[in-house]
Amino acid sequence: MKHDANVSYDRKSNQILCEGDWTISQISHLQSLAKTKAWAQYPNLVINGAKIRHLDSAGAWLISNLTQTLTKRGVKVELSEFNPEATKLLEMVAGNIKQEKHIEPTNKISNIAWLGKQTVDKLKELNSYLAFVGQLSVEFLQLTKEPKSWRWKSLSSIIYSAGYQGLPIIALLSFLVGVVLAYQMGLQLEKYGANVYIVDLLGLSILREFAPLMTAIMVSGRTGSAFTASLGMMKLNQEIDALNTLGVTPGELLLIPRIIGLMIVLPLLTMWADIFAILGGMVMSNNMLDISWVDFLQRFPQVIPLKTFIIGMGRTPVYALIIATIGCYEGMQVKNSADSVGRNTTKSVVLAIFFIIVADALFSIIFSKMKL
Amino acid sequence: MTKDEKNDQSKTPNKQQESLVEVSHLAVTLGGTEVLKDVNLTVNRGEILGIVGGSGSGKTTLLREILGLTEPTSGSIRVFGKDISTASPATLLSLQKRWGVLFQQNALFSSLTLLDNVIFPLKEHTNLGEETRRELALLKIMMAGLPEEAAFKYPAELSGGMQKRAGVARAIVLDPELIFLDEPTSGLDPATAAQFDELIQNLQETMDLTIVMVTHDLDSLWTITDRVAFLGEGKVLSAEPITTLVKNPHPLIKSFFSGPRGRMAQLQYQQEK
Repeated sequence: MKHDANVSYDRKSNQILCEGDWTISQISHLQSLAKTKAWAQYPNLVINGAKIRHLDSAGAWLISNLTQTLTKRGVKVELSEFNPEATKLLEMVAGNIKQEKHIEPTNKISNIAWLGKQTVDKLKELNSYLAFVGQLSVEFLQLTKEPKSWRWKSLSSIIYSAGYQGLPIIALLSFLVGVVLAYQMGLQLEKYGANVYIVDLLGLSILREFAPLMTAIMVSGRTGSAFTASLGMMKLNQEIDALNTLGVTPGELLLIPRIIGLMIVLPLLTMWADIFAILGGMVMSNNMLDISWVDFLQRFPQVIPLKTFIIGMGRTPVYALIIATIGCYEGMQVKNSADSVGRNTTKSVVLAIFFIIVADALFSIIFSKMKL
Repeated sequence: MTKDEKNDQSKTPNKQQESLVEVSHLAVTLGGTEVLKDVNLTVNRGEILGIVGGSGSGKTTLLREILGLTEPTSGSIRVFGKDISTASPATLLSLQKRWGVLFQQNALFSSLTLLDNVIFPLKEHTNLGEETRRELALLKIMMAGLPEEAAFKYPAELSGGMQKRAGVARAIVLDPELIFLDEPTSGLDPATAAQFDELIQNLQETMDLTIVMVTHDLDSLWTITDRVAFLGEGKVLSAEPITTLVKNPHPLIKSFFSGPRGRMAQLQYQQEK
């Protein structure tokens, strides 16, 4: 970059001469030239601006800054020969320049205080989540009394977007999971010549565990995040406030249809996933383990009781409840900024998956105690 | 300096009339509707130009065109002498450093504090040290009439008027020559709006700015603009000082200024004089 701005000390006239364009692009260059330390030895100085071609507010800031630093060191500073516009600008800048440096809110806290704060915050959040669920439950009970005010349209649009539109991707992923499971288990079974047991293993593991869990995780990534993001944007746009003032609670129009919709959709999607995962397993068994389609389908009802399917399906409404309430809650917690939409969306997916797995573990314990 | 002195000054022949923005025969079609048909407009250095027109007359579209945010259907726009629609990215960047924009919704970055919002252009376009950037940004925040404490708040924590001022602080931080303001006083109470007009005028005088403002605010038009361009029927119907614009016989202009608000603003201005 061309530097045509200059600042120098002229011994003869005891002046600091400023020259050229004192503009923002020259500031760092000028800063390196200004030798405040060396100049502070003189009892008084004149800053001469006669040769300044163009002065902008950054340049004016530098001059004011120079004056201030020198004055603080006991030098009497005078400004001379600045043109009227520059003088005006200098006055404006000097009037607005901040006097104290490094004022910033001090919010450094110790580690223990941080831990305590986090704990309290988390408890508060749990509390407000429970309050949210409680309020929705009350609203839901009120709605059951008057089925006329049910929002069928928003319910069906949720079922369409969360369910119908999710069918292809769920089918594909489940199919692949089936293929992988059959391949991994088949490798072990082949060693013992126990090929035919692949049917038992696949049936049990997919119907009981894999399909419900995988579907719930996929749906929380696909639909839970969408709930949070869309509700969050509505919150930022004051659409939620608008609904409240129109006498429609966001719960009845936006939240309850989402929760009910997902509770309808998730079991159906899980069944869909069951079908495709088993299909994937069948393809693999046919190709790798020489178990024909007919053999597979004949053995399947003999070794897999209906109970397995029901146990798998029975937990899906709980998963749906977890995904939908967390997604909606995080959406309604969005505040102030676009950033918070992103943060809460992440949080909603992470929390939903976390609690799905926790719930899965609890179900396993309960079912084993019940000897199911 | 009062408004009239300034007008006189701009009339003196020795001050050369350099035009910073030249729009010629601009036509824009958005989604099948012809928003602008044939717009011709120049903005001269050192003036405050108001752009007015009824709702939907294409004021904001014109502004977006000048800023290079939307492609023109036909016609040309020259800013600082360069054609904006054909400019290379490097040229465009050099132009962007020379202008500042205040958007209608302020467009502050919601995830940054006000100070960081103002520092942002400095960080992107200058090689200044961190401390210098901070101090320059703080200076601009104070010049925009905000208290120092506001610097550490997030945009959502500020009132509408303060957000506007913050937007101005960000627009002037690179010491631009040209500033675009889109509805700067909309949504502000009358007292704040008047202060804001004063701020704009102040900045214009001290920093030698050229200002283009889209506005509906009749008081702003009377108190601070040098010229007003009236948009209607897809073109600039007239661009002249407000005192003569109100006498323009064109039906659109007449109905715009002859409402009770228009008459009140005019009356008040004439009384003050």
